[in-house]
Amino acid sequence: MEKHQLICIVCPMGCHLEVTKENSEYNVTGNKCPRGEKYGVKELTNPTRVVTTTVKIKDGLLNRLPVKTKEAIPKEKLFDCMKFIDSIEVKSPVCVGDIIAKDILGTGVDLVAARSM
Amino acid sequence: MLKYDIVVVGGGPAGLAAAIEAKKNGVDNILVIERDRELGGILQQCIHNGFGLHVFKEELTGPEYAEKFIVELKEMGIEYKLDTMVLEIGEERVISAINTEDGFMSIKAGAIILSMGCRERTRGAISIPGYRPAGVFTAGTAQRFVNMEGYMVGKKVVILGSGDIGLIMARRMTLEGAQVLAVAELMPFSGGLTRNIVQCLEDYDIPLYLSHTLMEIKGKDRVEGVVIAEVDKNRKPIKGTEKYYDCDTLLLSVGLIPENEISKNAGIKLDPITSGPIVNESMETSIEGVFACGNVVHVHDLVDFVTAESKRAGKNAARYIKKEIKCEGKIAKTEPGDGIRYIVPHMVRPENVDGTLDLSMRVDNVYKDMNMIVKLNGKEIKRMKKKHLAPGEMESVKIKKEDLVFKEDTVITVHLEKEEA
Ligand SMILES: Cc1cc2nc3c(=O)[nH]c(=O)nc-3n(C[C@H](O)[C@H](O)[C@H](O)COP(=O)(O)OP(=O)(O)OC[C@H]3O[C@@H](n4cnc5c(N)ncnc54)[C@H](O)[C@@H]3O)c2cc1C
Ligand code: SF4
Repeated sequence: MEKHQLICIVCPMGCHLEVTKENSEYNVTGNKCPRGEKYGVKELTNPTRVVTTTVKIKDGLLNRLPVKTKEAIPKEKLFDCMKFIDSIEVKSPVCVGDIIAKDILGTGVDLVAARSM
Repeated sequence: MLKYDIVVVGGGPAGLAAAIEAKKNGVDNILVIERDRELGGILQQCIHNGFGLHVFKEELTGPEYAEKFIVELKEMGIEYKLDTMVLEIGEERVISAINTEDGFMSIKAGAIILSMGCRERTRGAISIPGYRPAGVFTAGTAQRFVNMEGYMVGKKVVILGSGDIGLIMARRMTLEGAQVLAVAELMPFSGGLTRNIVQCLEDYDIPLYLSHTLMEIKGKDRVEGVVIAEVDKNRKPIKGTEKYYDCDTLLLSVGLIPENEISKNAGIKLDPITSGPIVNESMETSIEGVFACGNVVHVHDLVDFVTAESKRAGKNAARYIKKEIKCEGKIAKTEPGDGIRYIVPHMVRPENVDGTLDLSMRVDNVYKDMNMIVKLNGKEIKRMKKKHLAPGEMESVKIKKEDLVFKEDTVITVHLEKEEA
């Protein structure tokens, strides 16, 4: 039996999880809600993260527009994604939720604006 | 002289939520004053996600969270002034403010809500000796440069202090291509949320050195390196443990202080532990009709808690305007017991409690398997099991109004007790 101590990062509660694996069956304890259970299993099988960063914006109030991946992307693609996002430049006006880039790096996940500007 | 029923000082999440709630409670004539070029406060630079899980049941970034409130405020037709600085709160709730359009203004307010947020402790506040080279930033300033203005602040970074903003900047700088060499923390525990240690440091293999401090900054014009050393139990550096880091940037994440210059000058009583005003159950300060909420009262780690507290302030400011707050009657004091550093609010007038009394507090150390016990004049009224407690994570307790049975000189205490195995 494998035992892993994890901290759930789904919400700021930061529950201390214990995930045990027995014959490819995962069992999660210590979670205060069902999302923690899902996270515990996923973190050991296919860890993903939401990327939040900025892109260049022209004619906006600020020089940078905050953006985020609509869903979490595989952790190992993080830096490739950053490199790709770095090449993007948008023009004001942009509305919160607007799609800035579709299906980034074949992850099936869109990049969206995190504020209007 | 301008006249408003309620004037809100500061247009961050606290001020926005308070203004909206006051309007929802029947006050129309409200003005929000913000010194920055836009509303939203510090949230506009916090582009990471994790905001709003309690309030909106979804995970938002700072700007998204702010925008929801800004849109609501505008839709409700609440007035606001940007680029406007409140200078002073005088007698009879007359506010002095200034901007480049209207010039100097005197504004008479029926009630005032203070929501100026907090500021970061700087290099001066922690007395780092030596030259003043370029490359030393507070983590929040660096956050603003990188996330809003679009300037990168350095390539090889050391972070002093493990508050949330420092942790988040460790990740942010790494994603932007910088190398974060180390995070050094004076205390034997981190001041940040555990989830941030996991997703900002561990994810990127950034080492966290607990019980470590900064000894020296090398370089005269630009930071060239820093020396970090381990400290003993008394937080004194241990000789021979010094380590040199070759870096061009030092970020300080050494704590936030509620922004209370205006409050102090107005004669509002402050709590020496929180550095914020002493408040009662209605979030009213020691001056009648002046309310306070958000980070100006005590530093919150989650904006959701700021919103909840600010709604209470807004609602009660509206009740004050409508003369619905009862001022006479019994008053209880809250007192932190073993393991608790402070409790907000400091005073409770049970007549004004609305359903439940919400107490917010912080513990003074990291604890495991404890009972958190609330007592009213020594008699237990509530007990909660806590698996994990840390100073970086604010605790809150709800007490039902029925449980608040009051006599004169009532004291409400909260303390921690080891859970018997
Ligand atoms: C650098 C930094 C990063 C943070 N990161 C996070 C995070 O990632 N997640 C999180 O949950 N919380 C974070 N916090 C905590 C965050 O501050 C609170 O969650 C929340 O933003 C507090 O809201 P507030 O309205 O009380 O304060 P603020 O957001 O600070 O708003 C206060 C507003 O008052 C204005 N103001 C101050 N004085 C005056 C004056 N005299 N006249 C007019 N206007 C004035 C300021 O310009 C500001 O807009 C961070 C705090 C800081 C300082
Ligand atoms: S288990 Fe649920 S409550 Fe606990 S941290 Fe994860 S999401 Fe939050």
